[in-house]
This record gives sequence, structure tokens and C-alpha cells, in this order.
Amino acid sequence: MFLREFWHKLGSPKWFYQISTGWMIGFAVAALVLLVVGMVWGLAFAPADYQQGNSFRIIYVHVPTAMVAQSVYISMGVAGIVLFVWRMKLADVAIAACLPVGMMLTALALFSGGVWGRPTWGTWWEWDGRTVSTLVLLFLFIGIYALREAIPDITLRGRASALVAIVGTINIPIIKYSVDWWHTLHQPGSFSLTEKPTMPVEMWAPLLVMVLGMYCFAGYIILARMRIEILLREQRTQWARELVA
Amino acid sequence: MQFESMAEFFAMGGHGLYVWLAYGATCAALVGSALAVRIGAKRQIQQLKLAAFHQTRCSSESQT
Amino acid sequence: MILRLFFSELRLLARNKAQVLNPLAFLFLGVMLFSVGVPSAVQGNGIYAGAVLWFIVLLTNLLALDGLFRRDYDNGVLEQILCASEVPFMVILMRIFVHWLHTGLLITLLAPLLSLALGIELHALPVVMLALLLGTPALSFIGATGAALTVGFSRGGVLLALLVLPLFLPVLIFGAHVVNDAVAGNGNSAQLYWLAFISMVAFTIGPFATTVGLKISVQLQ
Repeated sequence: MFLREFWHKLGSPKWFYQISTGWMIGFAVAALVLLVVGMVWGLAFAPADYQQGNSFRIIYVHVPTAMVAQSVYISMGVAGIVLFVWRMKLADVAIAACLPVGMMLTALALFSGGVWGRPTWGTWWEWDGRTVSTLVLLFLFIGIYALREAIPDITLRGRASALVAIVGTINIPIIKYSVDWWHTLHQPGSFSLTEKPTMPVEMWAPLLVMVLGMYCFAGYIILARMRIEILLREQRTQWARELVA
Repeated sequence: MQFESMAEFFAMGGHGLYVWLAYGATCAALVGSALAVRIGAKRQIQQLKLAAFHQTRCSSESQT
Repeated sequence: MILRLFFSELRLLARNKAQVLNPLAFLFLGVMLFSVGVPSAVQGNGIYAGAVLWFIVLLTNLLALDGLFRRDYDNGVLEQILCASEVPFMVILMRIFVHWLHTGLLITLLAPLLSLALGIELHALPVVMLALLLGTPALSFIGATGAALTVGFSRGGVLLALLVLPLFLPVLIFGAHVVNDAVAGNGNSAQLYWLAFISMVAFTIGPFATTVGLKISVQLQ
């Protein structure tokens, strides 16, 4: 009952703008605390890997960015479904807000992966499974971005990008499986929610903090971008005028 | 603390360049995007204020 | 009704021979360029043949996709199809199916010639043809969605490639591997099943997504 009411209220940009102020600040504070704690912990207090030495510490920025980038794409697909099924304007705002964040995180994951690969594998760029999946993810983001840029009409732009996001999200598991199957040079997944981690706790605890922090950070940036977009779209309405008065 | 001295911390056992490059790029991008949304929000509100100001002035002029 | 739609699409295609012949010319041109530019691609006992074959098939399909809805979009027939016909879905499904006939199926039938040119030995030919038969529907059905979304832009070619090529990657991976295994003399049915699976997924969502994409594009005018 409560959820249903919440869902209907989400249709109102004004309501969302007002309610999201608190969420945004919460995410920002949580992200700041978690990321600072995680980075200091990972850089100075986590033990060095017995094989890779201190270059192992790159994991604490590499894995969170890659994980969150993928989640951001999938949330775009979910927002696309919401846009098609319920015609919720807010969903398009969410897609628009997710795009730059996802592109940045994917690019960061590729960069830190390359920098990590140099001391570990002796090469800046290795065509292995996860590198390719992440690169494909970047191309998927760029594709939606380019499509949005090409369509001037705001409604059609939303629907077109939602369609691509949905098709892309359906394809992500297939792409991931095929690419992983094609070549797996990386160590198997270093962090998973369902399996018992193979790393010692002193190593994965800061990673967990960083992953949570990165999720909070993405939440903060996406919410902030959504709020900017809402103000832009609603600038002729009464409530937006009253907001700044 | 895994390191004996500050110099050792920055050297990262010979992998300093890679570690600091990865952390530096990540931090720069995160801080940059946080700043970008803050500036963007400020600019949007400024624009709204400007639009609201123009509208009230126009409507008051048309009334007199 | 399905048969009538099918034959009318075929007649349309027959009237427009360039739409069939140009991609074919490109197909063989691509094979020629590869074979001349990378001689080891055809001399090294077909190690690269699978990758080269599938890469060119991908590009040929992409090239043909641009014309899939272009003419109907420009002269307004597409709008008629979407508004007037009772089931635009069926018309579009038939259109994609016919597109597959003159790209995927035709390439499969031409596979002996392509294998000859790329140095794939005869014993691998049945598997190569089966892989092409199972894998190419995915290209047509995924690609049609991209074609539908980009048909509204006069210069949509690059955007189409950007949207569609990342999604073609699994087909390339499994397809190239199947061919290489067949050339090496290993049986490999798992990857053939995967190709069939990807095609089924594309067949399930492709026509719906294409219809939605066309509806969006029509409103762009």
C-alpha cells in the first residue's frame, strides 16, 4: 500500500525534487566517508599481496568502478522498462543522469585496469575477458549517448534511448558469458555476494567499503544530475519559480 | 599501518607510479564530477531566478 | 496472410536488385581485400579464416541494414504500415525475415565459394554452413532494431554501427570459434547451440523492439 502510493508520487517531478534533497545529501555524506575510509584503509593498512606486492592496492579503485558501472547500465535498462510500461517522465530523467556517470566509471575502470595490468601482466592493455566486457559496456554507453544527441525531441529521445538500454541489458549476460568463455586470463571473480570470498578478510573488507562507497557516490551524482534535469524541464512551472523565490 | 615511513608509503614497493596513477585518476574523476554537478545545480537555479525575475517584471509592466 | 505478406516482400526485393547485389559484391570484395592484405589469413591452414569470414559477414549485414527501412521511410509507406495495417508487427517480421533471406541465407548458400576463397578445407564446410545458418538470424533481428531507430537520420550509418556492432560480438566469438574448431577437425556442438540460442533470443525480442523503434522514428519526421 505504501509502495503503491510511493510509486504514484514518483510521477510528480515536484514531489521527487523535494523528497530527493535528503537522499542526495545522505548519499553524498555516506560516499565521502566510505570512500575516504576505504582508500586510506586500502592504501595504508591492507596487507600487500604476496605475489603482486603493493600494485595489488589498485583493486580498491578498479573493482568498485567496474562493478558500479555495470550496475548503472542495468539500472538504465530498468528505467527504460519503467518508461515504456508506465510512461513515467522521471525514468527518462534517470536515463539521462545515468549516462555520464556510467561512461565515466567505465572509462575509469578501463584506465585503472590498464595501469594495474602493467606491473602485473607486463602490458598496459591485455585483450582478456573482463577488459573486453568493460570495453563493450563503454561502447554501449557511447551508443546510447550518441543516439540521444541525434534526437532533438525530448519524448522521442527518451523512448529511443530506453529501447536501446533494454535491448542492451538483455544482451549483457550473453556478451559477458561469450567474452568470458572466449578468454579468461584474469583471476576468477575476486568478490561476490553469494560465495565465500577467497581473499583474507583484511583484504576484502576495505574492498567492500569501497564498493559501498562507490554505489553511494553513483547514487549521489545520479540524483544530483536528475535534479538539475528536472529544474531544466520544469522551469516554466509554478513550483520551480516558487522554489527559487 | 603496513609501511615504515612516508617515503616507503609513496614508493609502494616500486609500484608507486601505477598505484598513484590509478588512485589519482579515480580521485580526480570523482571530485571533478561532484564539482560539476554542484556547479550545474547552481547555474540551473541561477537561470531559474533570472527567468522568474524577468517574468514578474514583464507582468507588472503590462499591468501598469 | 503471412504468405501474401511474404511474397509481397519478395516482389519488393526483386524490383530492387541493387539491395541484394551490393552487399554481395561487398562480401566478396571484403574477402578479397583480406586475402590480399593478410596472406597468412588464407595460407595458415585456416586459423584466421573463421574470424575473417564472420567479420565480413557482420559488416555485410550491417551494410545491408541501412536499406532495410530507408526507402519506405522516405516515401511515407512506413507510416502507412504502422498506422493502417492491422498487424504492423507481422509486416515488420516478414521484412526482417526477407532481409535475412538475402543476407544470411544467401551467404550460407555461398559459403562453399567463400570457404574456397578463405582456404577453409572441404571437411569443415558442413559445420561452417550450419554455423552461418544458425548465427545470421541473430544479426538480422538485432540489427533491425538499430536500423529502425536510425532510419530517421540522413546520416545514420555510423550511429547504426555504433549501436549494433557491440551486440554482434557474441555471434562473432562463437561463430569464429565454431569455424576454427571445424577446420582443426574437432567437433564442437556447444557453440552451435549457443549461436542458435542467441538467434532465438534475438528473434524473440527483435521484431517487437523494431516495431517500437520504427514508431519512434516515424514521429521524428
